[in-house]
Amino acid sequence: MSNEVLIGSRCDGCANVAYPAATRCLRCGGDDTQRLELARTGTVWAHTVQRFAPKSPPYVPPAGGFVPFAVGYVELADGVRVEAVLDCTDVGELTGAEVTLVATAPVPRFATASVLAAGGEGR
Amino acid sequence: MSENVFIVGAGLSRFGRQPDLTGRQMAVQAITAALADAGVAWPDVQVAFGGSDGAGLADTLVADLGLTGIPFTNVKNGCATGGSALVSAINAIRAGAADVALAVGFDKHPRGAFDPRPEDWGLPSGYGEAGLMVTTQFFAMKIARYMTEFGITEPTLAKVAAKAFRNGALNPNAWRREGLGEVEIAGSAMVNDPLTQYMFCSPGEGGAAIVVASEAAARRLGGRPVKLRAVSARTRAFGSFEVFSPAIQGAGRPTSVSTDAATAAFEAAGVAPNDIDVAQLQDTEAGAEIMHLAECGFCEHGEQERWIAEGLTEIGGRLPVNTDGGCIANGEPIGASGLRQVHEIVTQLRGEAGERQVPNAPRLGFTHVYGAPGISACTVLEAVSR
Repeated sequence: MSNEVLIGSRCDGCANVAYPAATRCLRCGGDDTQRLELARTGTVWAHTVQRFAPKSPPYVPPAGGFVPFAVGYVELADGVRVEAVLDCTDVGELTGAEVTLVATAPVPRFATASVLAAGGEGR
Repeated sequence: MSENVFIVGAGLSRFGRQPDLTGRQMAVQAITAALADAGVAWPDVQVAFGGSDGAGLADTLVADLGLTGIPFTNVKNGCATGGSALVSAINAIRAGAADVALAVGFDKHPRGAFDPRPEDWGLPSGYGEAGLMVTTQFFAMKIARYMTEFGITEPTLAKVAAKAFRNGALNPNAWRREGLGEVEIAGSAMVNDPLTQYMFCSPGEGGAAIVVASEAAARRLGGRPVKLRAVSARTRAFGSFEVFSPAIQGAGRPTSVSTDAATAAFEAAGVAPNDIDVAQLQDTEAGAEIMHLAECGFCEHGEQERWIAEGLTEIGGRLPVNTDGGCIANGEPIGASGLRQVHEIVTQLRGEAGERQVPNAPRLGFTHVYGAPGISACTVLEAVSR
């Protein structure tokens, strides 16, 4: 498993947490923000499944070709919900699921416990 | 804001695929229809605002309309382009800068989903590579979360889309005029769970134009004016959940720009949502209409399940919604949709909607557009008794 972390920011003035890291706070407009390493686990707040291949470019499908994938927002204890690709063994397990960060690029990617237990990439 | 403003003319081009026409030509058709409806000629228009997302610059239309030398401002505000143009035209009347003003919106999109570029949205290119620059994902995630939170069921999504196609079949100008049943809608290809192909509107083609006038000009023109009770436009506040957001910031249920715009419109009009007799709500997909019913204040969150089961949003129901078939049956020419909505409410308040006319002479109407990246415009319109 990767040891990467997502880098966000916390506002010195109002403590709002932003991702990606922000130089100006969206809540209070203050410009004193500190780099913040975001939690590596969270729960799925909302999700869907991308059933059709997005247009290429810009989409770069996997080497084996497009397969439907899950995408959603993961609620972190830091107080921010981060959009991510979600690795799962079955989309039915995603609602409210606990997930763990497995990659930060090209976008955040989280995996469910069942994927991690299988030691694999999931789908 | 003491100056009363009236809508004196409304016009549309046809909606739907028109291979032989450009978007600009559809705009000219819509303007010509709106001017005729108002009983004015192009030289009577003293100021104009308009735009398209991808079909050209509105101010170039003077080459087809006549070089009268008036100020003509281009507007580009995504799905709220028409709404923003209308706000500007209304403000010109209120400011006393003109007695007759025009708002126009048009577009002509190719088939298939929109393909926005991450850079245009201030996002890293990784979002495009990973397949997250897909607008439909946002709508699906938002309604999926909403359904879990407030007990809206999948059959209700299909019911809303079926109503749109049913109303479209009654509208001679709609793109989709063949009724499509709930079974067919629910069984069509899954796009982004829980939304299927026929629950979404499609990028489309069309033009819409509205002529507004001061009270003095409206009186002089005679015609069939409709009174503008209020107009509002807002961008998103902190904590909102929008298309192409790398994160949702803030705690709790996301804020809604539609709520902000609708609240402002109702306050300015001095009426409540339950005073409204007919409404047009942004229906990018079936779930959006459901959520916008509550976000705009017409019902509590979750009450939509019962409202739709009881047919309250049907023509003839307590609050008919999207009586012309909405975006789902008319398609989504981005620049035109907001003004198409106003055209439909004007038509309903005049009692001229033919087969799809809301019964019992509706007096108050409401329009709501919502678009990326978190913008909304609303109007409250009132029939003028004659």
